[in-house]
Amino acid sequence: MKLKIFFLLLCCTWLGAQAQSLTGNVLIKNGTVLTVTKGTLENTDVLVKDGKITQIGKNFVAPAGYKVIDASGMHVMPGIIDAHSHIALSVVNEATQPNTGQVFVGDALDPLDVSIYRALAGGCTTSHAMHGSANAIGGQCETIKHRYGTVDADALRMEGAPRTIKFALGENPTRVHGSGNGIVPRTRMGVEHVIRQSFAEGKEYMEKWDEYKAATKVKGFRGAPPVYDYRLETMADILRGNIIIHCHSYRADEIYMLLNVCKDFGVKKLVFQHVNEGFKVAPELAQFGAMASVFADWWAYKFEVYYSTAYNAAILHKNGVVTSINSDSEELIRHLYHEAAKTQKYGGLTDDEALAMITINPAKQLGIENRVGSIEVGKEADIAIFKGHPLSSYTIPMLTIVDGVVRFDREKDADDQRIYVDPKGNNDNATFHKYYHNHENCLEGAEQTMVKLFGFN
Amino acid sequence: MKKSLNTIAIAIALLLTLSYTFAQSPKGKYGTFALTNATVYTVTKGILTNGTVIIRNGKIEAVGTNITIPSGAEVIDCKGQFIYPGMIDSGTRLGLVEVSSDPRTTDFNEVGDIVPQMKALTAVNPNSALIPVTRVSGVTTVIASPEGSMFPGTAALINLHGYTPDQMYAGFEGVVLNFPNTGRRGFWDRRTDDEIKKATDKAMEKLNDVWEKATQYHKLDSATNGKGVGYYPELQALLPVLRGKQTLLIEANASKDITAALKWIKEKKIKRVVLTGVLEGWRVADEIAKAGVPVIAGPVQAVPSREYDRYDRAYANPGLLRKAGVIVALQTGQAENVRNLPYHAAYAAAYGMGQEEALKAVTIVPAEIFGLADKLGSIEVGKSATLFICDGDPFETKTNIKQVFIDGWQIPMVSRQTQLYDEFLQRDPGVNKVKQ
Repeated sequence: MKLKIFFLLLCCTWLGAQAQSLTGNVLIKNGTVLTVTKGTLENTDVLVKDGKITQIGKNFVAPAGYKVIDASGMHVMPGIIDAHSHIALSVVNEATQPNTGQVFVGDALDPLDVSIYRALAGGCTTSHAMHGSANAIGGQCETIKHRYGTVDADALRMEGAPRTIKFALGENPTRVHGSGNGIVPRTRMGVEHVIRQSFAEGKEYMEKWDEYKAATKVKGFRGAPPVYDYRLETMADILRGNIIIHCHSYRADEIYMLLNVCKDFGVKKLVFQHVNEGFKVAPELAQFGAMASVFADWWAYKFEVYYSTAYNAAILHKNGVVTSINSDSEELIRHLYHEAAKTQKYGGLTDDEALAMITINPAKQLGIENRVGSIEVGKEADIAIFKGHPLSSYTIPMLTIVDGVVRFDREKDADDQRIYVDPKGNNDNATFHKYYHNHENCLEGAEQTMVKLFGFN
Repeated sequence: MKKSLNTIAIAIALLLTLSYTFAQSPKGKYGTFALTNATVYTVTKGILTNGTVIIRNGKIEAVGTNITIPSGAEVIDCKGQFIYPGMIDSGTRLGLVEVSSDPRTTDFNEVGDIVPQMKALTAVNPNSALIPVTRVSGVTTVIASPEGSMFPGTAALINLHGYTPDQMYAGFEGVVLNFPNTGRRGFWDRRTDDEIKKATDKAMEKLNDVWEKATQYHKLDSATNGKGVGYYPELQALLPVLRGKQTLLIEANASKDITAALKWIKEKKIKRVVLTGVLEGWRVADEIAKAGVPVIAGPVQAVPSREYDRYDRAYANPGLLRKAGVIVALQTGQAENVRNLPYHAAYAAAYGMGQEEALKAVTIVPAEIFGLADKLGSIEVGKSATLFICDGDPFETKTNIKQVFIDGWQIPMVSRQTQLYDEFLQRDPGVNKVKQ
């Protein structure tokens, strides 16, 4: 017990020293600034006040109290944004019903997850902490900033970021519910049905409430409100355009299906996740205005991604689809700059196009492009500094800044970056992942069903 | 007139289609080739500028700057381009799996804890769609390894071209041993520490028991000239290892498992042995160096095995091992993305190993480890013509691999992934089936 208190105190002291403020003042001197949206600026300074970029230019003198970073010979780019991740979450799947729109991963944020620090060490400052893909309509997701050092889960949230929700098509929901639980959906037909039914119920609910609200404005109204249901309320909010759908998907047919369902219900805010066969329906995606967040080159880890191509991102982009490269992995999130560079090998994208895939494009997909995703005056100071061009495979991330606060510094940081150390934990405990399995992160939390069905998949 | 114009148009269209089909032919081509004006990274004999490499009868016939081009050779002008030996991934499941989550397409994990007689080479699918995807990246040669149990089988080195396993066989087989493991195997591994310890102790007992039996078998077999022993395929498969004629590939990742494995190797006096995985090798690098056991390290792009370890330990591991004096080859441990081997090497290079050593770790070092330094791993006269031409540093992401040769065969630079690109970049029909 005493030991526990000691560790708690130790942690508190450390935190007190590390994370007093969530915003900072910094002058980054003399770097090669990759703005992403406004070209590359050589020997340029970036001035940050109270966590915001206030000036970009040359030969600035740091005001008193500003931290000065010499970026001579280094590349300065916007903090990397991952539109698909499950780090900083203590649970991922509420795998109990085909529609769990009422749950919210924001209730399960884990600021102690050392993966947040490791993501920072790869220049990644913002991620989309997503619900898993066990259900056709999964839970709502949270866009977080990697303010590692805080123990306050609320401090991870990117305040004011639009609401998002996870949908999932294909093998995962049909395996978990159809094969696992013996309920709809067992097929891609069933998945469509679940989503149409949910939208239809949401529409009915929304209309009841709209009628009720209109009626209350009439003098002398004495009726009772409709029964409140948060799941239906969430569906209604999707239909109202208040929530962006981020849909786990692979095959062209299921992607096309959801486009049609959304058209029928007037839903416009739609981002497809993984979307390995997005390239097959790229013209349809572009026409709809749907966006795509893809792996750089992962494929063949399950049947529905067997007919994939690493040229997916390039085909989507060249067909006019706003495309990002995501990780869905605590490993890949550490080198998204390298994943983005693969679009140059597979499709010949320019440096700016490749960098957009991990900065401004995912920002657009999360509805935060006015705040982050490029180095521009007025934007939040989420910045990554690299030795070497970030698209080179030899590059090394050196410093990562979130809201003007340096959260990672390769030169200074200690080896052990845990915030909380379990005094009863076994220090000799190592885990050896096999990364070809790890791309089923989306099914974390649904393992019992998976184990029952397929062994350890 | 109009009709004849139409005929000409159709003829041209046909011709175009034909030449298109020809260009996309997935068949390899055997012959005499002269690769001229290239910067040649020989790996073992420096870098040649304006070099020529002659390929004939499957071998490198000549390398140099003043080479006469044989008559009838197909000349490939490599001006501004580079030639490297084919990259070797020293640990994969390529060829043994098509879709990793579908057990019907996985052939690397046979039933049984002690099945060293199961031969990976038998189960290699030469027509796997994953193979062309891999080889067009310049990775020409891989270890296809069984996995799962304690002795899951015998791994094989294969070249990524051929229509039968024998055509692909590159001349090395090694028995795989998964050394009793004290680590966890992933987020789903919820065993308690006690359970892990019990399982490890039990596995160690079993391993020693197997080895004792194999030793007895070896003695009996030797005494009777192979006549007085019955049919024990498991033990037969272990004989060449006991007799120092075949390599034992021991997978060990946690530092104390590596230490235990080194001790076991010494105790059992195992002559030909390689440690694989060794993700925590950096912790005991000096011990490994002292034992003189080479390692196949990787994957390099991996998270540290412990929460309290520095974020870049897996990146830095090969460099730290090399600095301690360990012989290091690299592996991805993958199937579908073995093509990323050059990037694993780049990360090793950037985080301490250096480019030159990292290049060796995917070429000449594995060739030496597998006893094939006279055939693979460098651009030298007399070696197999297994090499590639590229337009830059092959470890750089944006570099394009222009042409691959395997055993003298000119490899078609197409895979299903490039074919899908060709078909879908400008899909036809687009949004509307009838052209507007």
